[in-house]
Amino acid sequence: MELFRIKGTIPFMRHSLVLNIISVLFFVAAVFFIITRGFHLSIEFTGGTVMEVSYTQTAPVDQIRSSISGLGYTDFQVQNFGTSRDVMIRLPLAAGQSSSVQSEAVMNALKATDPKVELRRVEFVGPQVGRELVENGLLALLFVVIGITLYLAIRFEWKFAIAGVLANLHDVVIILGFFAFFGWEFSLAVLAGVLAVLGYSVNESVVIMDRIRENFRKHRDASVVEVIDSAITDTISRTIITHGSTQMMVLTMLIFGGPTLHYFALALTIGIWFGIYSSVFVGASIAMWLGIKREDMIKPIKKQDEIEETYQE
Amino acid sequence: MRVARGAIPFKSPSAMNRYPLWKYLTVLIAVVIGLLYTLPNFFGESPAVQVSSAKATLKIDPATLDRVQTILQQAGIPNTGASFELNGTVGTVRVRFPSTDIQLKARDLIEKALNPNPAEPSYTVALNLLPASPAWLSAIGANPMYLGLDLRGGVHFLLQVDMQGALTSRYDALVTDLRVALRDQRIESTGIERDGMSVVLSFNNAAARDRAISALRTRNPDLQMLERTEGVRLQIVGRLSQAAITTVQASALKQNITTLHNRINELGVAEPIIQQQGTDRIVVQLPGVQDVAKAKDILGRTATLEIRMVDDSPAANSALAAGTVPFGLERYLDRDGRPILVRRQVVLTGENLQDAQAGRDSQNQQPAVHLTLDSKGARIFRDVTRDNVNKRMAILLFEKGRGEVVTAPVIRAEIPGGQVQISGSMTAEEAADTALLLRAGSLAAPMEIIEERTIGPSLGAENIEKGFNSTLYGFIGIAIFMVIYYHLFGAFSTLGLALNVVLLLALLSMLQATLTLPGIAAIALTLGMAIDSNVLINERIREELRNGESPQNAINLGFDRAWGTIIDSNLTTLIVGVALLVFGSGPVRGFAVVHCLGILTSMFSAVVGVRALANLWYGHKKKLQSISIGTVWKAKD
Repeated sequence: MELFRIKGTIPFMRHSLVLNIISVLFFVAAVFFIITRGFHLSIEFTGGTVMEVSYTQTAPVDQIRSSISGLGYTDFQVQNFGTSRDVMIRLPLAAGQSSSVQSEAVMNALKATDPKVELRRVEFVGPQVGRELVENGLLALLFVVIGITLYLAIRFEWKFAIAGVLANLHDVVIILGFFAFFGWEFSLAVLAGVLAVLGYSVNESVVIMDRIRENFRKHRDASVVEVIDSAITDTISRTIITHGSTQMMVLTMLIFGGPTLHYFALALTIGIWFGIYSSVFVGASIAMWLGIKREDMIKPIKKQDEIEETYQE
Repeated sequence: MRVARGAIPFKSPSAMNRYPLWKYLTVLIAVVIGLLYTLPNFFGESPAVQVSSAKATLKIDPATLDRVQTILQQAGIPNTGASFELNGTVGTVRVRFPSTDIQLKARDLIEKALNPNPAEPSYTVALNLLPASPAWLSAIGANPMYLGLDLRGGVHFLLQVDMQGALTSRYDALVTDLRVALRDQRIESTGIERDGMSVVLSFNNAAARDRAISALRTRNPDLQMLERTEGVRLQIVGRLSQAAITTVQASALKQNITTLHNRINELGVAEPIIQQQGTDRIVVQLPGVQDVAKAKDILGRTATLEIRMVDDSPAANSALAAGTVPFGLERYLDRDGRPILVRRQVVLTGENLQDAQAGRDSQNQQPAVHLTLDSKGARIFRDVTRDNVNKRMAILLFEKGRGEVVTAPVIRAEIPGGQVQISGSMTAEEAADTALLLRAGSLAAPMEIIEERTIGPSLGAENIEKGFNSTLYGFIGIAIFMVIYYHLFGAFSTLGLALNVVLLLALLSMLQATLTLPGIAAIALTLGMAIDSNVLINERIREELRNGESPQNAINLGFDRAWGTIIDSNLTTLIVGVALLVFGSGPVRGFAVVHCLGILTSMFSAVVGVRALANLWYGHKKKLQSISIGTVWKAKD
């Protein structure tokens, strides 16, 4: 079985201008939503208390709300979590009140209406921890961007490095845009997922860049656009099979992984699809706009290379 | 890669896809070690009973193990293994049982035998679950991974230590210390006090100040002194050096950890984790504990030290003999179990205790414990000792609301300066224990809970199941696709992927890493990404076949040419993994550890492992006509 029966070279770069404009629009929209809507941050970042309780039947969400407001809370959330029997309750940070007092008071109030309610999880995060997490998250992002740029610049060439990193940031910003637009909860696990996408997507760009370099060497007379097209064509079946496999894994996580892994898997799913798109259309075409040339790639090893080529052909 | 390209055509085709024996052996050894160290994770856990000390003064040693075994033997209760383990200075005895019924029976029996008086238990006898892997696996160091709290249930706390508090009390102690120093040297000062984070000493004349500076410089090298003139008074402003501050903070943190250790041991928690995080935080994880309120109570409680006077009057002694307690007195036992009558009135409490260190008596070189009291404590202690020469003073320790006389020495002379020495009939080890105990009684600095997480046991079990299932289904899905699409090479890839899982689990088990749900997610994701290497190789081989290479050549070129790409893409992924490891905390770090290790194992298994399989299968076939790698479609020119 062979899925991709490709004849000749697919002219990927022919419509790159249109696709790049679409990318830019997506990117701008994502930035717009991130700024205007912000993130629905989990308590790991904001501080506060989260409780997860489980009922034997469908949880009486309204009743839970009235029980909690009976305790004097005004700014809290009650929502179903995973199944209709599980409920997640978020309480704000209360000055001078420890979390155990908070969660115990809530549990007592809930047990008063239904004694069968079971406390599954309590999480309390103080305000200072959240600030650190945001700082560390941004530091990690910075470290990754610098690290990858340096590596690509050394291993390939600075134009590729910039193209690769821009393509990756494009993916990351768009994932963040999705989270901002839909108001999905942004937790530490999602952050890990987003950063993993960064690694995953750069992986993709590297494979194509590797091919571009190789094809520059192989097709001596081809134009830059032809070389890029042929490199993408050569790797497209690998791109789709690999992403398909990863997506299969992520999909099982999305389906069977339960609510804890849900948004993590979702972030990865968006990352995978945009990763395919961006490495094919964004990364390569940015490199093209930046004006990569044959000499950029094969200059330092030219002589040795020619000798080798004669053996081969 | 480049060099390889040049070299390939000269190799004889038959030698091309053959590994030397050592390479096959390397892969084989990796498989065997991987399987061995992954194995313990599949045995589950067996019921056990754990015996630990309930009192800081009582030590668990191998003799306790013998005692427990004798108890069980006499009652005819079978066990499947018993062990003694020393963790730092804290010993624990653990005995496994074939079933939970026997476990419960044994617990009751051991409890009854070790703690004849249930109101005053000396030992904590707790139910526990131990890895059920066979002894020969444990003997080669193959133990299962730890399960994180999100997988097994329990309580997690992150505590912030108030370092300013620790420093403030250090400066308070310094004031007393300096006062004593000046008095010893007969230097007149008009005032010594703490001013924020500094000590201010005032003098009437410059001569006194100069003498004070030279005296203190040798006596307190940690103190950085500045001279200044405030109105008519000449002053010295003393601040602790940065090194001294660091020491104070480090020891405050260490003491708090010690205190927490001691308290948590009382709880009988199976495998508590108490770790320093950063410079001023402590992580406490109590697996299996569900009662958060109780856990917090234990963590926040102070075991208190009290100093009281002993009543040795004839009347009191006769009352003691008669077993009655006169009014105004209380009866306590000392460490040898002898009763002592002490006054109700408390002279000093642990609040006034600054430090306790084991050492030796300066005169007779006997083991001793040196106590340092704060300024208030020192003053009270001086007055009390002056008024009670030749009487006995008791140092009591209250743990869990019960008091015990640690020592009751006779006061020989007035003791000024807040430096108290407890000496007498004790060994060096006892002195160290007592010092630790006195220190452990109190927290060096107040702590605040800044993060708390409780996970119920049912949620933990569910998380394991969900994580495991999604990984398994994903793996099966990929395996089916690979075999359909790449035939035999797909099977090789699947085996490589399986090797990757085994190696990854083995590595995690060897490192005794803690597996969390994000960790499982990382395993799944790593597998999804690891297949990339195989796809790269397989696609390359097909491509070489399409270009008209012979099968043997195609295999060789496919692996060689894919290698450069695999290295590049994995290294960039590794950069991300390392960033997560460095900057991440909690779940992100759990994810990152697995992710990084997974990248390394996937490179080995995809490149070396799968190549070994391909070589083994095809390498010796000299006239290979075709290879099973699915349809290689060629465009018709």
